[in-house]
Order: sequence, then structure tokens, then C-alpha cells
Amino acid sequence: MKVLTANRLSDGIAVWYAAGGWAETVGHADVAHDKAAEDRLEAIGAAAAANNEVLDVNVIDVTIVDGLVEPVRLREKIRAAGPTIHPDLGKQAERAA
Amino acid sequence: MYRYDEFDHDFVQARVAEFSDQVKRRLAGEISEDQFRPLRLMNGVYLQLHAYMLRIAVPYGTLNSRQLRMLGHIARKYDKGYGHFTTRQNLQFHWPALADVPAILADLASVEMHCIQTSGNCIRNVTADHFAGAAADEVADPRPYAEILRQWSSVHPEFSYLPRKFKIAVTGAERDRAAIQAHDIGLHLKKNAAGELGFAVYVGGGLGRTPMIAKKIRDFLPEAQLLSYCTAILRVYNLYGRRDNKYKARIKILVHETGVEEIARQIEAEWQELKDTELKLPEADIAAINAYFAPPALSARPEGDAVVKQARLDSKSFSEWLDQNVVTHRHPDYAAVTISLKGIGEVPGDVTDSQMEAVADIAEKYAFDELRVSHEQNLILPHVARADLKAVYDALVEIGLATANSNLISDIISCPGLDYCSLATARSIPVAQEISRRFASLERQREIGELKLKISGCINACGHHHVGHIGILGVEKKGTELYQVTLGGSADENTSVGEIIGRGFSSEEITDAIEQIVDTYLGLRLNPDERFIDAYRRVGPAPFKEALYAGETKAA
Repeated sequence: MKVLTANRLSDGIAVWYAAGGWAETVGHADVAHDKAAEDRLEAIGAAAAANNEVLDVNVIDVTIVDGLVEPVRLREKIRAAGPTIHPDLGKQAERAA
Repeated sequence: MYRYDEFDHDFVQARVAEFSDQVKRRLAGEISEDQFRPLRLMNGVYLQLHAYMLRIAVPYGTLNSRQLRMLGHIARKYDKGYGHFTTRQNLQFHWPALADVPAILADLASVEMHCIQTSGNCIRNVTADHFAGAAADEVADPRPYAEILRQWSSVHPEFSYLPRKFKIAVTGAERDRAAIQAHDIGLHLKKNAAGELGFAVYVGGGLGRTPMIAKKIRDFLPEAQLLSYCTAILRVYNLYGRRDNKYKARIKILVHETGVEEIARQIEAEWQELKDTELKLPEADIAAINAYFAPPALSARPEGDAVVKQARLDSKSFSEWLDQNVVTHRHPDYAAVTISLKGIGEVPGDVTDSQMEAVADIAEKYAFDELRVSHEQNLILPHVARADLKAVYDALVEIGLATANSNLISDIISCPGLDYCSLATARSIPVAQEISRRFASLERQREIGELKLKISGCINACGHHHVGHIGILGVEKKGTELYQVTLGGSADENTSVGEIIGRGFSSEEITDAIEQIVDTYLGLRLNPDERFIDAYRRVGPAPFKEALYAGETKAA
């Protein structure tokens, strides 16, 4: 399973492709279950980068936990949550608020 | 300290205007990321995991209170209320929006600061001994020469697209506190028998995936030849440095592959063509730059002895701080103070907006408006009257920056690691925090004595792990963090690269392993004066391997 992620051009904030737009959290990102869907995500990412909406576009591995998308690699888990040393900063802080 | 002249002002303002326009065009979609990336990097704007990162140059680690206050202001207004001092004596903000960067650069320019050449394959911020101008053991202040190098290397047309980045460090004392042998060029300012100033020149040091100790290629270079000789080194590197392979592109690889004698011969030949040209520094120019670094007028404050004596009796914690974080000044009534940014369990090098402002106030009131950033990620007040030490201490206690751990095991260098950095393979800060908490007792730390522990979250070694007495390198193995330990590294005048002690440790195991190493050292040192590094050099890795892995060998 894969999702599409990038950083937003204007502020660099990590975003994930969800429901036709870029969401600030990974939980409800559009999931590709097969190669064809993954290719579609990659094409969307390339187009968004070319359109100067986002940069550093990547397709990453995910799993579903309690109905929400969760990245597999530690690097992507930290990108999705925020610095582990600062629970008060990043997405994790926004979720807690 | 150095003040911008008209040229500097115009140059920085022009760069702010140019980059502001580039940002505007990028945000409007007129230029692509491929076109913009090299431009943003030239202006210190990186992209990390959570956001952009802005790296601000602090030339040779020297700041005044107005500048530190501005950094606090930027942290509050544009970032998330804190900044991170780095091993290159710079400051990083981890959350700036690209759209805000032009305003940040304008604010920085208003206090004679910028982000130029904090990235890219150019000559980076020139670093220096953080006690420069204050140290009792220095021959001369190395910063004027670092400033000459800064002026020469700023947008130098010949050296703006080198095979790879290039780092120069300068020390003015025999006791090397600037890690010069771990730099592309290391300069040791010294006097010859005739009392003239010059440099021992080291070349080809560096850490990263291939750590190398710099080789001395000249024992005494007259000060007037600083630029001609550095130009000769850079020319040889620019011509022969490997551009085919990023991992072999640093000058350390060129020196290693060419051989030190041959590279010295090539540099010498190049220098013969340059030494009598306009690159030879006129005495008047050296004097003019030196005048900018004229030391503050330190009036006699002989009451310091009595004040300090009484304060020691009144406060044990002040006394401990004095012993650990205050060093001898060239003036007997003064001292240099290390403000530890390594509070127990805190993030090494991080400082909040209000702490920056408070430290700026202290510097203004008690330290002739001078501050330094050390490559060990602490702040320094280089000139404090001994009579004012207690007042400085009390002010630092109020803002939580009076931890008395300079040079002890909790004075850890740590890169940002995987909590922020897109290059990192493992986290480094949480490891630093846990080790710091484990050794929280100051009494225990003092019993252990001087111990330099350095942590990097990837092979690029921003945390200088190779030259830590104990070094920790975080890597990713099978999807989890694994920490490799090196022992016996050192970044002083006896620079050495640490040796990998054995298999790595998980994040759950690493602090126990460090404790075991420390306990092993305590058990085998000849006496409390034998530092960890000296003991390691005497006994080698065997007792440490035995302590860490003996059980496994027997089981296997």
C-alpha cells in the first residue's frame, strides 16, 4: 500500500494527497493498492510539482491502523507526526489540540 | 568586533533584494524547483522533513547582543520560538515558511547578518576558537584572519563551484579548540623564532563517511601570505578534486589519493606563481582588520578575588559552575564563561527566543557586548570581570542556562538527526537526552571527568562522532535505528579518529552500553587525573570490548 507525499511550496509543510487535494495529515490520504494506482499517484505528484504546488514528491509505503493510514518507515512516521523530541510541535501537536 | 563597511552593507542588501525577487518568482510559479533549488541553497534555505530550514552564518562564531536579540525576535515572529546552534558555529531555524524568508533576511541584514554560503560547494563559514581574543594561551586573536578569509571567499568567482563544500578553521593557540585538523584547511596561528606571526597549515582533514586527519603541509606561512597560499590550495583542489563522485569529491580524498608530499609540491608550485601578486596581504590591510577586533578596554577589577571567594562560600552550585564552566582569561581580573546549552535532558544547542534575549542582556551588561558560539554547541561570554561572575551566574540560573557541565559527559554534541533532517538515518537527539538523564548527577559527571561524547544521526557526521572520545553513529538497519559506538576519537591538537568497538546497539541498549564503557574506564584508570581519552590510548579497545561483548562471545 502506498500514498503520495510532498512538502508544500509556500511553507515547506509536509502534506499527503487526499481526496483530490493536499492534506496536512496522513490519516486519510488516498491509498494505492496496486501498481496502476501507484502510477496514478506518481503522475498526480509529478503534475503538482510541475504546477509549483509542492516539492520533494514521493510515494511511500503505508499500512492501515484503526482505519487510518500510517507510514511504515520511521522517517515517514516522524514526518507525519513531528519531531519525537517535541510533542508540542508539528502535526502531533495539532492533533492533540 | 568586525563591523560592516559600505561595501558589505551594499553587498548584503543587494543579495537580500535579489533573493527576495527569486522567492517571489518561485511562489508565483515562474521558476521551477530545479531552477530555484541552487538559488535557495546559496541563501541557506534547505528543505527538511517537516518544513524548510534556514541556516544563518555566524562568522567565526562571533555575535553581539543586538544580533542575538534579532535571532530571538526571528525565532518568535517567524519560527516556533527557538533556534539551534550547530557544530559549524551557525544557527538554524527549523520551521520558516519560504514566503517569510525575504523578511527574515531583511531583519538579519539590519544587524549585519546573512545566510550567504551556508550551503553549496563553496567556502563555508570560517570557524575559529570560541575563546579567541580572550584565551590566556593564545598567541594572537585568530578572528581577523578568519575575517580576511571571509571577505576573500565571499562569492569568490573562482571558488563558488568547487567539487564539494570547503571548510576552513583557525586557532590562535597550541591547545586546539577549533578542531582544525578535522577541516579542509586548518590554520594554526603562531609566532616564529623572530616573533613574527604566521600559520602552520594543515590540509585534507574531514569527517563524513571517510574520516581523515589533516596533514601539515607547511610549518610556518608568513601571515601576509594567507590568501596567496589558500588560493594555491583551492586552485589545486579545484583542478584535480574529483567531480565524478560526490563521495570522493572532498579535498581529503584528493590529498589521500595524491599523497601528501605530491599535493604539497603542487600547492607550492602554484604558490610560487601567486606569492608576489596582489594576493600578498599589505601590512596596512592586516592592521585595519585587526583594528576591528581590538579587544574591549578591560579595566582593572581586582575586587574579583574577594567577591568570588565569598560567593563560593555562599553557594555550592556557583562554586561548581565556576570550576566547570569558567576558564582563565588573559587578563587576571577577567574570565571567559561557557553558557551550557546542554541542560540535563535538553536538546543540545537549542535555545528559546526569550533565552536568546536574556543572554543578550547579560552580554550587554556584563560582557562588553560580546558573545561566541562554540562548535560544541554552547554560547560563550568571552570577557567577564571575575567580580561580576556571581551576577552572571544568578542571571543564567533564572533562565535555566547555568548547568555546570562544560566538557563533561552530558556536554554532548548532537546533530539534529532524524527528528528534523532529511539526510539522517536515525535519531540522535533522543539518544543525547537519555544519556544526559542517565548521567544527570553532577557529582558523578565530575568524578568521570573530561569526556567528549558526540552523536551523529548519519554517516555525514555533522555531530563529529569520529572525533568524540566516545562517538555514536545512528544508522538504519532492517527498518530500525542502530547505534554504532566508536572510542578514542579526539578533535584537539592530538586529533584522532575513533575506532568502531563492535556490533551496534539498539535504541534501548545504547545508554546502558555507554554506561558500561564509562564504568570500565573508571575501573581501569590509573588515577582520577587520567582522562578517558588518555586511558583509552593507554589500554586500547580490549577491556571495553570485553565489558561490552564478552557474554555474547561465550554464549556463541
